[in-house]
Amino acid sequence: MPQSLQITSASPDPAILDLPWHIALEDWPAENLAALPRGISRHVVRFVRLSGKVLAVKEIGESVAYREYQLLRDLQKLDVPAVEPVGVIAGRSTPEGEELSPVLITQHLKFSLPYRALFSRYLAPDTATRLIDALAVLLVRLHLTGFYWGDVSLSNTLFRRDAGEFAAYLVDAETGDLHDALTDGQREYDLEIARVNIIGELMDLEAGELLVDDVDTVAVGEMIVTRYRELWNELLGVEEFGADDRWRVAARIQRLNQLGYDVGEVQMTTDIDGTTLSIQPKVVDPGHHHRRLMRLTGLDVEENQARRLLNDMDTYQAATEQQNEDEEFVAHEWLADVFEPTVRAIPRDMRGKLEPAEIYHEVLEHRWFMAQEAGHDIPMSEVVPHYIDTVLQHRPDEEAILGLDTATLRALGEDV
Amino acid sequence: MATVTYDHASRIYPGTERPAVDALNLEVEDGEFLVLVGPSGCGKSTSLRMLAGLEDVNSGRILIGDRDVTDVQPKDRDIAMVFQNYALYPHMSVADNMGFALKIAGKPKAEIRQRVEEAAKILDLSEYLDRKPKALSGGQRQRVAMGRAIVRQPQVFLMDEPLSNLDAKLRVQTRTQIASLQRRLGVTTVYVTHDQTEALTMGDRICVLKDGVLQQVGTPRDMYDTPQNVFVAGFIGSPAMNLGSFKVADGKANLGGAHIPLTRTTLDAITDEDKGEITLGFRPEATHLVSEGTEASFGIRVNLVEELGSDAFVYGEMLDKEASEHISSGAGDAQVIVRVEPRNPPMKGDTVYIQIEDGQKHLFSSATGQRLPE
Repeated sequence: MPQSLQITSASPDPAILDLPWHIALEDWPAENLAALPRGISRHVVRFVRLSGKVLAVKEIGESVAYREYQLLRDLQKLDVPAVEPVGVIAGRSTPEGEELSPVLITQHLKFSLPYRALFSRYLAPDTATRLIDALAVLLVRLHLTGFYWGDVSLSNTLFRRDAGEFAAYLVDAETGDLHDALTDGQREYDLEIARVNIIGELMDLEAGELLVDDVDTVAVGEMIVTRYRELWNELLGVEEFGADDRWRVAARIQRLNQLGYDVGEVQMTTDIDGTTLSIQPKVVDPGHHHRRLMRLTGLDVEENQARRLLNDMDTYQAATEQQNEDEEFVAHEWLADVFEPTVRAIPRDMRGKLEPAEIYHEVLEHRWFMAQEAGHDIPMSEVVPHYIDTVLQHRPDEEAILGLDTATLRALGEDV
Repeated sequence: MATVTYDHASRIYPGTERPAVDALNLEVEDGEFLVLVGPSGCGKSTSLRMLAGLEDVNSGRILIGDRDVTDVQPKDRDIAMVFQNYALYPHMSVADNMGFALKIAGKPKAEIRQRVEEAAKILDLSEYLDRKPKALSGGQRQRVAMGRAIVRQPQVFLMDEPLSNLDAKLRVQTRTQIASLQRRLGVTTVYVTHDQTEALTMGDRICVLKDGVLQQVGTPRDMYDTPQNVFVAGFIGSPAMNLGSFKVADGKANLGGAHIPLTRTTLDAITDEDKGEITLGFRPEATHLVSEGTEASFGIRVNLVEELGSDAFVYGEMLDKEASEHISSGAGDAQVIVRVEPRNPPMKGDTVYIQIEDGQKHLFSSATGQRLPE
């Protein structure tokens, strides 16, 4: 019996039709699969490479598939860090006419790392803490938008490097629900689920002897509760004090900065006679440039490095007269034509001196000085060797100073 | 283990006027399997989540045993949401997969082992305790997930459409497993589904909700035999009950060629608001074929015969065109469904005459939809 597929997608890619939908996902031939680590999932999940992208394909029930697709789309609209839904394919059957489960397709998050990849190798002393922090930030953000997750866990999350920290993305929304606002009960229950799941996942790694360090699994799991509460209170807590204690406004902002948030706005109200002041921060997201560069290029760099690289990309766009071109295309070209050749030109034995983005930043500085002296633009092909010769080779090796953490990151980066 | 009491419990979502759950009064007995069922938006999941502590109770209260839990945090209610998380941990043994929550709670090792062994016995998993989940079948893995909830020995199990993600075959298997497991454990269970067959086959009692209002609570037999209103009559049973709007005259309910005698009790219960009409229902399986002209019989033109082996169902319409507009069934408006002897079913286009079995008709007020006495 021929199958008649129903494909639901906001931007369907015809290449999707070439995938072997008449075969149960579990039996998909290796030629269709992209080699990527798989997390634990209650469903069969496979990664495929298609039109230059990697897609995650998950077999689930039809109503659940459509529901999760819609939820992920809603989350996307709300600008919540979550995997991008590609579509749902229903109506699958084998050539013999046996029905197959519908699938939900999502786009694999570039440069994302499953927690197992991070834990399974050498774990820097505070990697666990930073992962939990990232998850707490994500959970607070989800809760602020009215999203009840229902199955918060490390395996339902992907992590991206974020200037030494991690940024967490929601991967699995199957049990989720979007509400106007969450009740305290919903938030508390999500937290409890998170705590128990995280401990379970860490205990699993421990049982598999994949945790190198002595990690107190219960303590790490408990941390999600503490971190979440701290953040929630800092973000939303209204603070009241006497009008003479105005220094507390600045103190509050400082505390938020320490937590990693830039405060765009603080709402202040006074009571009628002006003796009491109450403040409530309106919080803005951290890392604006970082996120934009990451989205465009997948480069994970510090905030200031990101601003520098974006400026250079803008210059490139103007110089190549591509102002009307899609910025993704320009970014791709810039990455391939400018950024990557520069970084690649650094001799292997000097790559331990600085991180690539920092090297690139210095090359840009160097080009400016050279142009100043010469009185005209110098092409990168001349700037880079000159920079290596006169600057980089005299620098100390900083890899060791950056610490074991970075070595771990690099090993992972190459591996995944 | 404990009872569960909803005492005038209401949930009103912010920004809405109509309660999602409206003054629910419900007593779940100790050890009982109670199913909340109803169409989408009826308030069944909200009711369950109120019990779980995920939804606020805006008025009224909820008790587990004698304890008022209305304002208690979910994790402190001593309940378990089963199937919330199916994920099993690949490196941990089956025993550890079941017992890890107790370990987190700091329970002594011996006690954990004992509770896990007890649960494994009930779940037929004893011989697999030291294996890894990978070595188990799909059904066994599901039982491990259930075991995780069981070892916590909660007062109440809550299940919110746990089977919705399974294919049809696995759904039937799993629902039998859950029902029999619950009987063995004797833990009070509240189960939510939109599927009335699931409700009938699993529940000790069923609670039907519509628009946030409780319609009827009773055993599957009660719901089937004596639905208290038109909604329950149409909702419970598969295929659904035939329901027609009949004119009351000469002590009978009349529609087209059908003239069905009513008792004095029924006639007395009809009020002016009913405007001389009565809603009469009969289940497809509560009819038999008779010859033309038999008293209280009526004719049906056969549109389709569905043969299921053990049964055959006739889908048809009443002979009288105008009358047929006033009757509906699970097959839709103007359609009647009747079960016939599968050995010798009528053909499409035939006309058959049917009579409702004695004592098998259901009578409802045309105005209120409430069941009328007979």
